[in-house]
Amino acid sequence: MKDRADLENIELALFLDALYQRHGYDFRHYARASIKRRVQALAANLQCASIAAMIPRILHEEKLLPEVLGQLSVPVTEMFRDPQVFKALREQVLPRLASYPRLKIWQAGCATGEEVYSLAILLEEEGLLERSQIYATDINDTALRQAEDGIFPVARLEEYERNYRNAEGRARLADYYLANADFFRFDERLRKRIVFAHHNLVSDGVFCEVQLILCRNVLIYFDATLQNKALRLFHESLGRHGFLCLGTRESLRAADSAALFTGVNPECMIFHSNGVG
Amino acid sequence: MTDGHGAQTQSRQPVEAVVIGCSAGGLAALRILLEAFPAGLGAAVIVVAHSAPDGPSLLPQLLAACCALPVSLAVEREFAAPGHVHIAPANYHLLIEADRSFALSVDQRVCFVRPAVDVLFCAAAEVYRERLLGVILTGANSDGAQGLQAVKAAGGLTLVQDPATAYAGAMPRAAIATGAADRVLPLEDLAGAILVHCPIARVH
Repeated sequence: MKDRADLENIELALFLDALYQRHGYDFRHYARASIKRRVQALAANLQCASIAAMIPRILHEEKLLPEVLGQLSVPVTEMFRDPQVFKALREQVLPRLASYPRLKIWQAGCATGEEVYSLAILLEEEGLLERSQIYATDINDTALRQAEDGIFPVARLEEYERNYRNAEGRARLADYYLANADFFRFDERLRKRIVFAHHNLVSDGVFCEVQLILCRNVLIYFDATLQNKALRLFHESLGRHGFLCLGTRESLRAADSAALFTGVNPECMIFHSNGVG
Repeated sequence: MTDGHGAQTQSRQPVEAVVIGCSAGGLAALRILLEAFPAGLGAAVIVVAHSAPDGPSLLPQLLAACCALPVSLAVEREFAAPGHVHIAPANYHLLIEADRSFALSVDQRVCFVRPAVDVLFCAAAEVYRERLLGVILTGANSDGAQGLQAVKAAGGLTLVQDPATAYAGAMPRAAIATGAADRVLPLEDLAGAILVHCPIARVH
């Protein structure tokens, strides 16, 4: 006999299928436990009594899509999260990229952009920003617009200043933004180096060839199939010996494509791409 | 059997996992609780303890020192193992998938915290159903109350530390207020009430 939880799992599968068939957004290979929480929260927000009750709405209400995508790809990010990772990028990765006359860097899953600005600051302090082009992509257009504006609440500055110091920032974070009472905005010299674009790791191909990819805490939401697919995409996008940086708590234990990469700093989940064999 | 669940204990299948949630005062309470868990415990033990988001977590080392079972941070995509104590890493929600592998998320805080007890308990309740035992210990917020309800609703067992014996009583009180607690016990009696539902192999 099927109980309530079993039925809800059927509803979840049908909803994700409806979203895919109607709009082409494929969440079917997202890790189930997290996507289920998000879909349940979405149903509550839309005042639907069940996940199944959202199916006719996602099929017929054109305007619902942005809200649905916004809730299924919850943008959570911060500046210099895991400061030791930025320190490792500074000490172990950027010196090895310094010989390139032009640097291309891709942040996949940039959400509202806090991390990509952290990266831009890092490049500036290592003297590389002027010859760098950063591509920051996400599937959440609302988050992308916010990221492009580069405006963030000052309420979190204290935490960001602390992270920046722990990442051994060479200046003061305040050197990179202008603030009023409520918000701060990053300088034009950082913003103009970043191109924000819509890209879906699930369905889109190689974005461009780059020397460094940051994709932190994105693959944790993917099942093993999708995680493998994304890793192969990253490998294709990285030139010989390009670098990949994943989230510190991510694990490649279930990924066959882990063999495409060699650890540079396993604690910080920094790898380099093994040349195309 | 004198635990008031005697008849139920006889007819129930042994639990496959014990989920534990705690906050303020949690380390001391976990030490006392886990110290009583024997090598040979046949259930996985999964713990969410609220902590500062920065820095390496010392909790696994601190608990391993007083526990006969191996203790480690839960690793993404690793399987929950019987007789192993898995601790949620700081700054991530910990969830469990149908195949008993761990999943992490950086979704919004729940009840102002990440990891949240509610997130683990709700996910575990779906997976383990009636073969889950949920325990709420000391803590100063209301996280865990909703999770304990989910454990109960899925047919699992629920225990709560007596708020009078807790370093901070808010978390156990919130859990009790939902009406989802099977039993409310002083800390020193919790281990016995948990172990009676667990498979335990004789270890030489």
